[in-house]
Amino acid sequence: MSTRAFAPEVLEQHGLTPEEYDRIVELLGREPNLTELGMFSVMWSEHCSYKSSRVHLKTLPTKGARVLQGPGENAGAVDIGDGLAAVFKIESHNHPSFIEPYQGAATGVGGIIRDIFTMGARPIALLDSLRFGPLTDARTRRIVKGVVAGIGGYGNSIGIPTVGGEVMFDESYRGNPLVNVFCLGIAKQNEIIRGQASGPGNPVYYVGAKTGRDGIHGATMASAEFDDRLEEKRPAVQVGDPFMEKLLLEACLELMKTDACVGMQDMGAAGLTCATSETGSRGGVGIEVDVRLVPQRETGMTPYEIMLSESQERMLIIVKRGREAEVEQIFEKWDLHAVKIGEVTADGLLRVRDGGTVVAEIPNLALTDEAPVYRRPIQEPEGMAALRQIPRNGLKPLPSAEEAFLALLEAPTIASKRWIYRQYDHMVRTNTIVLTGLGAAVVRVKGTNRALAMSVDGNGRYVYLDPRQGARLAVAEAARNVACAGGLPIGATNCLNFGNPERPEIMWQFAEAIAGMGEACRALDTPITGGNVSLYNETDGTAILPTPVVGIVGLLEDASKALARVFPAEGLDIVLFGANHGELGGSEYLLTLHGLLRGQPPVLDLERERALQQLLVRLAADGLIRSAQDCAEGGLAVALAECCFDTGGLGAAVDLAPAASDGGVDLVAATLFGESASRVIVSVEPAATAAVLEAAARAGVPAARIGTTGGDRIRIAVEGTTVVDVDVRQAERAWSSAIGRQLDTPVA
Amino acid sequence: MTFAVVVFPGSNCDHDSYHAVRHVLGHDARFVWHKEASLGNADVVILPGGFSHGDYLRTGAIARFSPVMKAVADFAAAGGPVLGICNGFQILLEAGLLPGAMLRNRDVRFHCEHVGVRVEQTDTPFTARCRQGRVLNIPIAHGEGNYYAPPEVLETLERERRVIFRYATADGRVGPEANPNGSLNNIAGICNEGRNVVGLMPHPERACEPMLGSTDGLLLFESVVDALTAGALGGGR
Repeated sequence: MSTRAFAPEVLEQHGLTPEEYDRIVELLGREPNLTELGMFSVMWSEHCSYKSSRVHLKTLPTKGARVLQGPGENAGAVDIGDGLAAVFKIESHNHPSFIEPYQGAATGVGGIIRDIFTMGARPIALLDSLRFGPLTDARTRRIVKGVVAGIGGYGNSIGIPTVGGEVMFDESYRGNPLVNVFCLGIAKQNEIIRGQASGPGNPVYYVGAKTGRDGIHGATMASAEFDDRLEEKRPAVQVGDPFMEKLLLEACLELMKTDACVGMQDMGAAGLTCATSETGSRGGVGIEVDVRLVPQRETGMTPYEIMLSESQERMLIIVKRGREAEVEQIFEKWDLHAVKIGEVTADGLLRVRDGGTVVAEIPNLALTDEAPVYRRPIQEPEGMAALRQIPRNGLKPLPSAEEAFLALLEAPTIASKRWIYRQYDHMVRTNTIVLTGLGAAVVRVKGTNRALAMSVDGNGRYVYLDPRQGARLAVAEAARNVACAGGLPIGATNCLNFGNPERPEIMWQFAEAIAGMGEACRALDTPITGGNVSLYNETDGTAILPTPVVGIVGLLEDASKALARVFPAEGLDIVLFGANHGELGGSEYLLTLHGLLRGQPPVLDLERERALQQLLVRLAADGLIRSAQDCAEGGLAVALAECCFDTGGLGAAVDLAPAASDGGVDLVAATLFGESASRVIVSVEPAATAAVLEAAARAGVPAARIGTTGGDRIRIAVEGTTVVDVDVRQAERAWSSAIGRQLDTPVA
Repeated sequence: MTFAVVVFPGSNCDHDSYHAVRHVLGHDARFVWHKEASLGNADVVILPGGFSHGDYLRTGAIARFSPVMKAVADFAAAGGPVLGICNGFQILLEAGLLPGAMLRNRDVRFHCEHVGVRVEQTDTPFTARCRQGRVLNIPIAHGEGNYYAPPEVLETLERERRVIFRYATADGRVGPEANPNGSLNNIAGICNEGRNVVGLMPHPERACEPMLGSTDGLLLFESVVDALTAGALGGGR
């Protein structure tokens, strides 16, 4: 096509390539007008269309006996028995949280909550996966405080507990923090609502906050890198109103108790355009709306602005014809106004009117299913082999094991996150039966004996060093955490945070990570039921560590059998499941003590991992173990300390067999701080130890009694030689105050 | 026994109070929407926690104007037992049913954690089952729980033994180390002159089942059942 109706710079502002524009013309059979161009621009953005990731995402396992709803809806759903479903998803709000930390994080929480109650589920738990730069950086400290306050400000007010999550710190997130929010709700299986329109003639309602000019092109912003024009992008961040969303939540759940609702979708990214075109295309129908009828909080808004606004706390509801009064009455009760803005048609078109004038007319499918799909070039970055070697001559002189141990406890990635989670209401709704801290969060399901364990994990360092292996490890760790709490992993959601997909090295990371994630999800029987992709996480051309975050949901048949990480009493035997290979590649030890991000991430035998998880679930259900804690960053020594912390000073003494290898560093360091996968520390009544070891042997899980709980010191020996001997309270003080101390350092 | 749980727009601990009363305590509970002018046949009124009207102004400042608050005031004036929890306490302060005001927490951050709450007086319908000086393990979850009152009001409260709960260490010491929010005199809860209206910042409804880590909160609900069974109280019917 030689002449186009829009100048190249207009297309560029809309994030559309000339080829994409030509495709639009082809699909419409004519040139689009500006409103239509804007609508294509947001729907075909990376954020909404998954155009770079789709071919890879298709390879993930999404089906399973318990899966009620897989990807493609507002959230996934799995069967948890008793006719109930767990509805859950994780989503990112990275870019807005960097530009405006409080509102960016708050609206991230608000957005994922809407995705859950849109499905007809009552949200009962939130978790966050956060990544920040180093706390020594003043700007990072400001971002951390803002993000934490924003998450709390929204979640606390709306009354959904933030029950868990995880936080890691790394240089690569300095200019691009990650804010991934997971939400889970409970619905009756036969009352799940889909984001589908149907029945020509059915009215289309708009409910919630009025439409303003905020967030226009938010989806487009989320699909581009950051540069020095950051401040200009502040208006693309929305402002959250948790009170409005609380009203919407209660009113929508009340509405769903009637059968007057055909379909529902929240207006998140790409606003009204996305909500109308997606519900229409899913239902195979058309939708006609009149923008003049849309409640507006500013005057003089154009159809372009109204269709693209990402103002928060708005819902689109398709109602059965003849039930309008009933619906309006429910919203009136909550002081909300449900406004009819259009109706379902039979022609498959999204027709937008401005009073009597048609201002846009696009086939719904052109905006959704017909969006471009790219198989982007893939190229392994140079130097990966060298990166996976730990350079012996690059290591600093080794501190003593005890000094290294104390230094690791204070490393922000390992240190207690209490400064953060005490700002979150983690108990409201009175379901939280394993309190926030480390590992999985556990909430009971009222009205049943069951409980759900949830964990979000994703160590970007492992993924950077080996994307396939790193993603496998992320799935395994999240599932292992859930199993440690006694939950059988039954479903997964993912949030894929990567750099610019137009760079073949980034796309290689992505493709490899998805391949690894698929392998692990298949092996552990945790199908992916939905999620979110966040690309272009770069600032001035530097990408973040590739960070696929995996959220796993696990089911406990008996809530009273839920396990926590802490040693519950003295005089218990401490048993270690799993083998210690002394692997230090990508470890917290190498990074904190030697400033190195190098080496081969831990190996993972998925069959053995599955056996371990099934063993844990069985032992918890049989009441044979008293606590369980996964060995992750900082290895066995840190995991042992974590079992002693928050107990009021209960100590432990263990004697370890040396690791099978020194990981290229030092045998004691490898034994204590190596991060070999598939390892869990459990505590056991001495009378039950033989039974536990026998069960492990039958399951093919390596197991050894390594010590006992008691006293007020953490004593770690390797082959009889004591290498760490510290007072629990002293170590705990270092661990529990590290983050608060750094955050409260005045900004220079 | 029937408990009325008042629901304001933005209440978010209404379900928790309802659950504690109905499913743990085993008594009748009923939600009362804030636009209703009557409390029906309630024997006890609970104003639950949350963020009524978003708390964008002062906490509880708008909720006090809800139609139901006239009924609550009448119920209280007739001697009926009223419990305000967290935001419910803040609403009672704004409505003038209890004296004083809430400031933001001393460190201006939201706090959610278990704290020690010492029972100071047992002659209220909500503490009759407690032993004086007992330290209850109950969670708090608030950003504005820093209790303030002018010196003369504070003096009156203390003289009339109307401070019902104080933040304390597990072994009962009251001091700055046990004060999570900066409240004057470590005040966690107070009552009115008639002793039938009690407000507190901690959440007893979150500490009613062993699975939740503490059952100390149940004492407050059991106390009021005792008090009503004994027939010592008036009612607002």
